[in-house]
Amino acid sequence: MPSEVRRVGQISRGCRGEPSRPIALGDCPASRERRDRANHYRCSMTSDSTPVLRIANVTKRFGLLVANDSISLELGKGEVVALLGENGAGKTTLMNILFGHYVADEGTVEAFGRMLPPGDPRAALGAGVGMVHQHFTLADNMTVLENIALGTQNPWSWRLDRSGARARIRQLATDFGLAVDPDRQIAALSVGERQRVEILKALYRDARVLILDEPTAVLTPLETEGLFRTLKMLVARGLSIIFISHKLNEVMAVSDRVLVLRGGRLAGERITADTTRQELAALMVGREVMSPPVAPVVRGGELLSLDDVSTAARAGGSALDHVSLRLHGGVITGLAGVSGNGQAALAALLAGALAPSAGTMRLAGAAVSDWSPRKALEGGIARIPEDRHAVGSIGDMSVAENVIAERYRSAQFSRHGFMDWKAARAFAEELIRDYDVKCPSPDARIRLLSGGNMQKLILGRALYPDPVVILANQPTRGLDVGAVAYVHRRLLEARGRGAAILLISEDLDEILALSDEVRVMFKGKISEPSPRGERSIQQLGELMAGHGMGEAADAA
Amino acid sequence: MIEAFEILFTASFWVAAIRIASPLIFATMGELICERAGVLNLGIEGIMVAGAFAGWLTVYLGGDLWTGVAIAAMAGAMFGLLHATLTVPLGLSQHVVGIGITLLATSLTYFTYRIVLPEVTSPPRIASFQPLPVPVLSEIPVLGPALFNQTPLTYLAFVTVGVVAWVLYRTPLGLAVRAAGENPSAVEAQGISVTAIRTGAVMAGSALMAVGGAFLTMSAFNSFFFEMINGRGWICIALVVFGSWRPGKALLGAILFAAFDAYQVRLQQITGGAVPYQLFLMMPFVLSILALVVMSRRAAYPKALMIPYQKGER
Repeated sequence: MPSEVRRVGQISRGCRGEPSRPIALGDCPASRERRDRANHYRCSMTSDSTPVLRIANVTKRFGLLVANDSISLELGKGEVVALLGENGAGKTTLMNILFGHYVADEGTVEAFGRMLPPGDPRAALGAGVGMVHQHFTLADNMTVLENIALGTQNPWSWRLDRSGARARIRQLATDFGLAVDPDRQIAALSVGERQRVEILKALYRDARVLILDEPTAVLTPLETEGLFRTLKMLVARGLSIIFISHKLNEVMAVSDRVLVLRGGRLAGERITADTTRQELAALMVGREVMSPPVAPVVRGGELLSLDDVSTAARAGGSALDHVSLRLHGGVITGLAGVSGNGQAALAALLAGALAPSAGTMRLAGAAVSDWSPRKALEGGIARIPEDRHAVGSIGDMSVAENVIAERYRSAQFSRHGFMDWKAARAFAEELIRDYDVKCPSPDARIRLLSGGNMQKLILGRALYPDPVVILANQPTRGLDVGAVAYVHRRLLEARGRGAAILLISEDLDEILALSDEVRVMFKGKISEPSPRGERSIQQLGELMAGHGMGEAADAA
Repeated sequence: MIEAFEILFTASFWVAAIRIASPLIFATMGELICERAGVLNLGIEGIMVAGAFAGWLTVYLGGDLWTGVAIAAMAGAMFGLLHATLTVPLGLSQHVVGIGITLLATSLTYFTYRIVLPEVTSPPRIASFQPLPVPVLSEIPVLGPALFNQTPLTYLAFVTVGVVAWVLYRTPLGLAVRAAGENPSAVEAQGISVTAIRTGAVMAGSALMAVGGAFLTMSAFNSFFFEMINGRGWICIALVVFGSWRPGKALLGAILFAAFDAYQVRLQQITGGAVPYQLFLMMPFVLSILALVVMSRRAAYPKALMIPYQKGER
């Protein structure tokens, strides 16, 4: 099997006219314990083995902001180093420098003992460094094969060698458990499959160092497990991995060593086996992080209900299929599920962007008619949209304009059809203060804020004044530990004030931490609720994959 | 009524349709290449004017016909380079730059015309490309003359479609071009320069547009008039959408449009002035708008079209 890989690989390299570099297979015994590997690396680093990658004193400034402040990093062969840090800590900047997307102001990058010229992705690729970006760099209108072969063959060749590429992709896919059909269009693939294509892209180019930027942010728990299995196989074959993340449990699960970045500086370095989640969290945030306490549930009246509601089919996800759901005051209803199973339709329905095609929707006991976003807002439904950039905010408008976007017509912000900008700014300033938003002024364009700060503003907008029903759709996606805890605390406060909260999330930890009752969504149907603590992650995972959903949905 | 139908079975109608289609095919392929790489080239109208003039002038000044075609292509590529420099590395608005290029190329052409030919009343003529019948095949009734008794430039137009389709779908270069129009960061991540790909595509596309213009002065007619491009460039932009950014479909669109055009001229003659001729002139445009409405609603356009790519920007 290994010789087969090498053979096909060399054919492809020949096309590129590059010197052949044999793939290191089986150099590192797979059976060796992780801790041993880490210790081995630590001891031998200075003596015989050179690091595969060495970043020395890299500094990068964007205007006044110092994104990386003299950071150094060494990566040993067959090692998994996690780069841990909150959003904006400088992880991605550092990797973009390594990969040649940015040019560092100071410092050097060395791969396999050779200096990489700054600002040249081709050099990094050529040296065997592959990167899987957080936002996939795939062309949707092309096939898997075409995306992988892009840039690997002589551009002036009169013919693309498809069969050679296909054979090599198939071989790599089998070797590393990255099942994907080379001839499918990217647009037809799931997020998990797209990530596999990204990894294949790197392997196809004989990458020996793989950088994964927040690889699990878009994956389901099942896909995450698959990814981790793949990473183990890669390491077993001598590849080295840099794993960028802000999720502590993943860092603990996959890495040998952890580097923690905070505010552009190296805040600490730990051998994973010798550290704890708590210690890493404190290093990352700079203080102790506590999950907010959950008060006992005080069940209020029924504030919103769906009876046998269906919606018309729309592109990009299932429609609702005879769904019944009751939201009570003071209760957080968690809705778990892989995205695309009808969450978008449910969110659109509650937000007023979609009307039921069948069934009855009641708000505070009264059946709704002529359902629209305006009616939803007037009825006291607050929404935290899934995508804060595309839906939750208008990037090029100011913070003040954004925070009043949902009630600019109210008497508070306008008089006789003219805007009262003074009131709008005052409101924005109030939110900035109350929600501890880091933001230069209410006039700043909201696009320039970090994800966490933007989300705090959206949260503030949604929670003012006290809403009756809160639709929280992926409220903490992509946020760092501190911001997640903050959003959770605010949602729990709203629950304490008697709001009915629907929490849609793909993050099962979040669902289990916050929800008073948990339901699972699958193919447009919603399972029966289970009270806090009744279903385990495994049981929820089964339901999310559709096992047992049939009976549950029929019984509902 | 019967007469109106019989037109469709005359060889001269199809000969005219293919002749009218030829410049559109060149320019549509040119625009298609630009847009596939992510650049909308609204300079097309002006570049066609410049190409028409450059090709004709070369021959008028004693050059060979094929030299004229080559000079036209080079003139187009130069305007393409200007367009690309402004829109690709500098990332300026593709609309504004495109319209600017059209105005510049058109005015520059008329200016040069006046400099070279200060005192002419009737446009001077050149010996243009002549039909080159393909033995045997041109004898096929109706379609034979249309497809196999045309000038070499028409044959070249059809060959161009094949080449463009081959390059886009069968070569590593075409892969990079298509990826640049869909997701430029995919191109950059694989170590290819988006700037180089887009600039090259706009230059090559502009060269084809100019050859399309040159067809008019060197094959369809034998002299250069002001206003002779007359909106053909804009039609080609619509044809690219009509063809869903695919060379084969765009070719069909060009032939369809040209057929409407050839048809309405003949229809005018039949009705003998009973119907205002402007109505007939409108027909191809109305029909192309209708076709566009039907076709382009489902079209998958290149996602990065008109979006400048700045390296190192998030």
